[in-house]
Amino acid sequence: MSAALQERLEAVWRTPPGLRALSGVNHSTVGLRFILTGFVFFLIGGVLAMLVRSQLSFAGNTLLTHHEYNAAFTLHGTAMMFFFAVPIMQGFAIYLVPKMIGARDLVYPRLSAFGYWCYLFGGILLFSSVFVGQPPTAGWFMYVPLSSRPYTPDLGPDFWLLGITFAEISAVASAIELAVAILKTRAPGMTLDRMPLFVWAMLVTALMIVFAFPPLILGGILLEVERAFGLPYFDTTRGGDALLWQHLFWFFGHPEVYLIFLPATGIVSAIVPTFAQRPMAGYRWIVLSLVSTAFLSFGLWVHHMYATGIPLLALSFFSAASLAVAIPAGIQVFAWIATLWNGRPVMSVPLLYVLGFIFIFVLGGLTGVMLAMVPFDWQAHDTQFVVAHLHYVLFGGMVFPLLAGLYYWLPLVSGRQISKSGSRLAFWLTFIGFNLTFLPMHVTGLVGMPRRVYTYAEGLGWETLNLASTVGGFLTAVGIGAFLIDIVLSLRFGKPAPRNVWGAGTLEWSIDSPVPSYNFASQPVIEDREPLWRDAALAERTQRGEFFLGDVKVARREMLVTSTRAAHPDHVVVLPGNTWIPLVAAVFTGFFFLGVLLKTYWFAALGLFLATGAFVLWAWRGGRDPDPYAVDIGDDRRLRLHYANVRSPGWWGTALALAADATLFASLAFAYLFLWTVSPEWPPAARTLGWIGPAVALALIAMSSAALFLRAYGTAIALALIGGAVEIAALVTTPLSATRHAYDALVITIWIFALVHLAIAVLMAAFVKARGSNAASTVHHRAEPAVTALFWHYTVAQWAVAFVVVHGFPPLALP
Amino acid sequence: MSQGTSKKRSAQAGCASLALTGCGGIQSALDPRGPAAQALAELSWILFCAAGAIFIGVLLLVGYAVYRDPGKRRPISSTALIVTGGLVFPAVVLTALLVYGVGITGKLRAADREAHLEIRVIAHQFWWEVLYPGAGPGEYAATANELRLPHGRPVTVRLTSRDVVHSFWIPNLAGKIDMIPGRVTQLTLEGDSPGFFRGQCAEFCGASHAHMALEVHVLGEAEFERWLASLRGPTRSRDDPAAAQGRDAFLAQGCGNCHAVQGVSQPRIAAPDLTHFAAREFLGAGVLRNTQANRLVWLTDGERVKPGRAMPSYGHLDARTLAAIADYLGTLR
Repeated sequence: MSAALQERLEAVWRTPPGLRALSGVNHSTVGLRFILTGFVFFLIGGVLAMLVRSQLSFAGNTLLTHHEYNAAFTLHGTAMMFFFAVPIMQGFAIYLVPKMIGARDLVYPRLSAFGYWCYLFGGILLFSSVFVGQPPTAGWFMYVPLSSRPYTPDLGPDFWLLGITFAEISAVASAIELAVAILKTRAPGMTLDRMPLFVWAMLVTALMIVFAFPPLILGGILLEVERAFGLPYFDTTRGGDALLWQHLFWFFGHPEVYLIFLPATGIVSAIVPTFAQRPMAGYRWIVLSLVSTAFLSFGLWVHHMYATGIPLLALSFFSAASLAVAIPAGIQVFAWIATLWNGRPVMSVPLLYVLGFIFIFVLGGLTGVMLAMVPFDWQAHDTQFVVAHLHYVLFGGMVFPLLAGLYYWLPLVSGRQISKSGSRLAFWLTFIGFNLTFLPMHVTGLVGMPRRVYTYAEGLGWETLNLASTVGGFLTAVGIGAFLIDIVLSLRFGKPAPRNVWGAGTLEWSIDSPVPSYNFASQPVIEDREPLWRDAALAERTQRGEFFLGDVKVARREMLVTSTRAAHPDHVVVLPGNTWIPLVAAVFTGFFFLGVLLKTYWFAALGLFLATGAFVLWAWRGGRDPDPYAVDIGDDRRLRLHYANVRSPGWWGTALALAADATLFASLAFAYLFLWTVSPEWPPAARTLGWIGPAVALALIAMSSAALFLRAYGTAIALALIGGAVEIAALVTTPLSATRHAYDALVITIWIFALVHLAIAVLMAAFVKARGSNAASTVHHRAEPAVTALFWHYTVAQWAVAFVVVHGFPPLALP
Repeated sequence: MSQGTSKKRSAQAGCASLALTGCGGIQSALDPRGPAAQALAELSWILFCAAGAIFIGVLLLVGYAVYRDPGKRRPISSTALIVTGGLVFPAVVLTALLVYGVGITGKLRAADREAHLEIRVIAHQFWWEVLYPGAGPGEYAATANELRLPHGRPVTVRLTSRDVVHSFWIPNLAGKIDMIPGRVTQLTLEGDSPGFFRGQCAEFCGASHAHMALEVHVLGEAEFERWLASLRGPTRSRDDPAAAQGRDAFLAQGCGNCHAVQGVSQPRIAAPDLTHFAAREFLGAGVLRNTQANRLVWLTDGERVKPGRAMPSYGHLDARTLAAIADYLGTLR
């Protein structure tokens, strides 16, 4: 029975072998791809760091030119932040979260696969700049106007902006998917209060990404448009402002730090209880601190801008918020200490790395408190002190937990035990090397050495300190090398690992290793935070198929969708199998970015058209099934399938995507209002926007919402098209010139933004109409009309806000 | 030195033994030579000592929790530990810090209003245009890449940028503040006693960001007034045939199209004012000492010592012309 079931499930769920594996969408496959690719970018970033350190070994060193050095530090930061830290943590989550919450896969397997390809292609696009000799050199923060075309006329910033934006599709897509998976597909009985803390950390992180990335995406689009077409969003001489970029960048940039750090704390909170042999102390305190860190992280972006001359009151506010964020971090640290204190700690390798993390991270946190103090920051800002601080919090706060996590979960993935001595040698080399690099660097900064200088003069007292940092840097590199060798040897020669090799309590350890593609032969019922400690037989019973969805006749990928808080079974989602569509769609999306980069706009348009086609095909092939609309999940219960549900996983995902989109639009509105407040003249003289045409357009579009509500899809589409045409006519007849003034540029941008949304809404409605899902009689196909309606009404609301921003504010400014 | 200052110095000395290396230097935040930098250094040492104590405390707790024989540990309530260590203690310390920090911030900003002298500094890639008040209202006296201040008197510096974002930082005297195109920021500088310091651009500004330094001289009151008077006057170049030959070459090669020498050239493009060039210790914004040999290097091989500078290289000129120009520049006092 149990062998037959497992064989059947494997046949349904497995990723095909050979080259066809590229069509695989299973979360284990995709998660490992993310982790492996992220590690490759980590090594690339590490090599760049070694170049930087080599150049700074001696005063006046000439190993690198200024151009090479600037490219090296720009690409080092970019690789580590965008192509290593965020994606590898998402890889961990993609791989582990379903296993921890008792699910068989993530909710949108094709989206995971698509996200991976976007990440990989975005990275290749960005790093290809090195091979054409035009790498970005304006820093990973790309401050304008240095990154604007007059000061950097080559393609470097374009490579950066487009590569990053391409890869960010992946970050946002994975975040939405993880959030929905965590909220809607936990095993029955796994209430929010019983979720492993790593899952909590990923939920918070995913929601943060949804709100943190859009401002940067918007900034990236605006800067690319400014560079390519001359729209002056950031150009002071034409109504723009250089600080607008800094606000958009750091509104993303500071949460970014925490959305790297929070998953790492989740890893620590998974490891500490296992090796303390005791449940995590202060579970609710940790959840509280995760959530409050997330909130605070959005309120302290200005601490990167203390030296820009902002008013005292604002400085004090942001200083308070920056100091306050130390409190949730402190709560987590003391919860780990309390767990160890009250447990019986086993000093195994993952715990050793965790202790290294605590040592480094606490120091980084303390220097963070110093930098949160405005006056201290006025001295330390943009010096080597900050370089030291950020590496303490990021390398200490993220890389050490990452290495701990890799050692911790490696036996689960590979079925082999880790080494005893190689892993400890790697730890000590990395730990000593790291501290030797960055501890002296605090002093280097305070005795006057700025950041981002490719050389320095003799006699300023920086030589010895820099040499020590370089020696430490290479020692760290040797440590990472030892880690790699050790991992390879463990995979090759490690002793076979039994199931649950560490005696942990969370659900992922109930799975056999190496891991089967479907994770769980049946979806278990959870009654505790550490289900394996509570019920030693749970693993066996799950794999024998005793719980839900353990039917041996299964022929498609089925998984439970449960209620958000209490995790009661609600319906069953049928997941798509392996498909080439995500790869094809990502390649076409790549055409678009390549076309924009090379300013070959017909090619970009072609890419966009083909990618849209791929997405339509993607949607067409999913979501409907001629089979019965309900299935037997075991235990004499029948549940409906997801496409017969209004609140399907697709609806939740769309809602989150719209939250991200609303943030994108809010960032655009912020840009408009920010420039209004700093601009001496807004709108500039001789601009009178007619509001009658736009008002008519708005009325028509509002009516389309009503039509859609009444399921009159044809009427709704017609009204939207006429409304859009009226708006375009109004725009064309207005005396605006996109390149003359930032006001004109932003008004046009806002309306293009709204029109693009309208076009997508029309496409979605046409799709539903073509499938016939809009008819009132098709009660079994409620998912697609629900998603379309959500998007449509949102678009109309956004249109109304756009109208108010463009037409409602300027009259207020006029006397 | 006032009594208050000496008290601060002794407080600082108490912590100085923690320093790993010499903190002194002409570009060091830990060797404060003015009241603003003094307040910041004092704050720094308080932060270092407190952070060190907290760090050691946390390590001791972790060590106890991990290595102490579990049978012999004192039992502890998890919640009590979390609330005390993670919530109450940091809340108290951080609130105290915030109050202290906001106090210093406010005091430093308030100092902006007390200054008697106002200097304008305009950043360019990769040099500093420095404008002192001229003899009459609305006039100014220009120099570049040097800042001279009278000791013991607060001076307001108003800052902006002509191109990209730069940052103005003289660590021995005060913290830094950005120089942003289209905006004006300001900072109060005051030096305790005469001395020589080095400032440097602290915001990444492109190719020669590393080569954008500023020589800072804090002078005695009388010396400063003498210097300012000479700055306001025309150049006092030697009046001999060699200097005249150099001046003619300077003009013939088009140097005057960018560089102002009062009474000699009126440029259309902004470049460092050379009217009193010979009085500066460095050339190229701190890149080289201002000697005859280095002036020749600058004229012929400047792209090597300062990549990305706007000035073209004059390596194609014959040695005599180069020497004449370099020599002439050395006479501009």
